[in-house]
Amino acid sequence: MILTDWFTMPENFVYSAIGVTMLATAYRVVTTRNVVHAVLHLVAALAASAALFLLLGAEFVAWTVVLVYIGAVIVLFLFGIMITRAPLGVETELSHPRRIRIPAAIVSFALFLVIGSTMVGAFKDDVIEPAPQGTMEFGITRTADVGQSIFQRFVIPFEVVSVLLLAALIGAIVLARKDPTEEESEATGTMR
Amino acid sequence: MSFWLLLVIKVGVIVGVVVMPLVLGIIFGELKISAHMQSRIGPYFAGGRFGWAQPLADGLKFMQKEDLVPDAADSAVYRLAPYVVLMGTIATFVIIPFGPDLIARDLDLGVFYLLAVSSLGTLGVLMAGWSSGNKYSLIGGLRAAAQLIAYELPMVLAVVAVAIQAGTLSLNGIVEAQATTELFGLNIHLPYVIIGQGLGFAIFTTAVLAELSRIPFDMPIAESELTMGYLTEYSGIRFTMFFLGEYAGMIAFAAIGATLYLGGWWIPGFSADDNLMNFIGPLVLIGKVLLLAFLFIWFRWTWPRLREDQLQTLAWKWLIPLSLFNIVVTAFFKVVF
Repeated sequence: MILTDWFTMPENFVYSAIGVTMLATAYRVVTTRNVVHAVLHLVAALAASAALFLLLGAEFVAWTVVLVYIGAVIVLFLFGIMITRAPLGVETELSHPRRIRIPAAIVSFALFLVIGSTMVGAFKDDVIEPAPQGTMEFGITRTADVGQSIFQRFVIPFEVVSVLLLAALIGAIVLARKDPTEEESEATGTMR
Repeated sequence: MSFWLLLVIKVGVIVGVVVMPLVLGIIFGELKISAHMQSRIGPYFAGGRFGWAQPLADGLKFMQKEDLVPDAADSAVYRLAPYVVLMGTIATFVIIPFGPDLIARDLDLGVFYLLAVSSLGTLGVLMAGWSSGNKYSLIGGLRAAAQLIAYELPMVLAVVAVAIQAGTLSLNGIVEAQATTELFGLNIHLPYVIIGQGLGFAIFTTAVLAELSRIPFDMPIAESELTMGYLTEYSGIRFTMFFLGEYAGMIAFAAIGATLYLGGWWIPGFSADDNLMNFIGPLVLIGKVLLLAFLFIWFRWTWPRLREDQLQTLAWKWLIPLSLFNIVVTAFFKVVF
């Protein structure tokens, strides 16, 4: 692709705007001096990733990111922060010591190289074909197709993941729950 | 017509013609109904006949108040919070169908999109509660978040049962499925609240009341113990944003409830393909919305408030198991018939 082609496609500008937003907010997540601000910047970064999925026509994945990450995970983050300390203003304890910057940079760059080279190696010059025109909205993956592939081709991995999640859920309850000791249950008169 | 022009027209029509007049109408309705149920004299007499001046007086009062940001507040987050709440609510109007062709965008994902954008409101409420720098606000925000998380589950599960029965996630698809479902092979078509989803409708309505933090589920802004919860520090135009957002949310959820359970723009006796529905559809839907809105207002002025533990018990021990049972029954009938 040459540069003039790049300028004729409006998608490229949208993509750049989203990408810059995502990078800037992701940078602020790790540099801000307030935990709640970090979480709110993370919201913006996740929203930008959802927007990228929308740009690719992966509507279902995009709204799943919004529902699961912004709607549930981030809300739980905020809930956890607020129920414990709820810090307002700049926190001095939230330090960014200089000595960990270089290792952190090395790890991030290595991760970037691994993911980037895998993506490039796996797809090379493949172009992802959008859905045929006229079947549904052009270029959008149909939800029904996503459902078909999950529950037919990938049904066993799906079930394995669901069992894993159930086990994790039970584990979390077992770890978090405090059973009353003998004396306590006698004192309050509650059954164990 | 170009995409951008169409976008501007759609947003203008939805916000200017549908949301705003309905919000104002329902605020006036709430004032009048509360006046008649609890003998509040303002809305009887303000301005002479019908108390027409009461909503105007309230509106002017909100607008001329100073927009304060408390010293202890986190200014940027505090200012942004009302817009996040309002954004989540307004975004739901994209997929509400007012007729066979009168829909901003008939997304294939429909209901799923709805659940995703309506979860953004929780974020705004938490932002408001934290950034105010006030302990009442913080406790109110926490209560609101706990409540919204708890009641989102039964709402989602109730909607899942509708999606199973209709076999689609698109809201227009669900309306058409209601218009074509046959009752025992007879040529009778009825909305889902009568055939199959009566229990689902009860669960959905209860969960929606809690999502909107309206009495009997208004623990987050319980005046007697938390002043005004996460709204305590807000005044002037930002408080008005929350206020409008609350009523816009009421209309949005009433419209969704009407579409999923009461047949949306379709009424029994008409065909869903009829072009006539494009003309009477919006009126039918708005009628159903007003019916549900009246129900919400009626509950608010006649019921006491639930205690926090009762509220959580209702969600986790009653509504969620009931909605799971509802899904099992719906799936059973879907497979057998």
